[in-house]
Amino acid sequence: MKVSELVEKLGLKVYSGKTGLEKEISGGYVSDLLSDVMGFASENQIWITLQTHQNVIAIASLKDLAAVILVKGLQPAGDTLQHSEEEGIPLLGTEMAAFEIAGKLYAELNA
Amino acid sequence: MALKLEFNIVGGDFNLAGKASSKIKKKLVQLNIDPKMIKRIVVATYEAELNVVAHAYSGILNACFDPLFFTATVTDKGPGIEDIDKAMEAGFSTASGIVREMGFGAGMGLPNIKKNTDELKIESVVGKGTTLFFKIYY
Repeated sequence: MKVSELVEKLGLKVYSGKTGLEKEISGGYVSDLLSDVMGFASENQIWITLQTHQNVIAIASLKDLAAVILVKGLQPAGDTLQHSEEEGIPLLGTEMAAFEIAGKLYAELNA
Repeated sequence: MALKLEFNIVGGDFNLAGKASSKIKKKLVQLNIDPKMIKRIVVATYEAELNVVAHAYSGILNACFDPLFFTATVTDKGPGIEDIDKAMEAGFSTASGIVREMGFGAGMGLPNIKKNTDELKIESVVGKGTTLFFKIYY
């Protein structure tokens, strides 16, 4: 499934990084600890987190993640938006909490 | 002659954290290194960079792109590490509250470096600084 298809299916907000919307999603990773994502997330996964600062994009880019979903309606910081545009990493948002959005993502990917 | 790149790291500046690793990654892609090895290398360089940002005043990362392997030497001016064995333990951290709130300081940095490198050496003098060296074969 492409990031753009997921955005449509789950009604996600797209804050920035639209150039990356055609990337294929291989899975998901839920964590708010950056070194945990650095050490254990895999290429093309979607990262679900509440962290909104720009280091999130630095990590997503280094790990070649498909996109980042910010939970609970949390807004990205200004430099996070800019960095996401530069790196082409879609920065997405939802009002749902991590548990709920992770469940829906899991169901979509395993449908 | 192996290609060498040098990067300055500013302690406390989280906005710039990851910039050196991003440039190292681009260079490794240019050199056609196996993407799996690139991933290992950037995990190690990112964590090393972040350690300087989170704990030290300033640091220099020297990256060396040998035809057969990658090495990095990260030298910082900072508080040093009192107990290196303890610092290598997963979950042990001396990071400040602010650093932890950002999602860093989970005590996973050095274990991540160890996991992704073939050789790792740490030398530290308390009150002066730390030098970290690692090597990864492609």
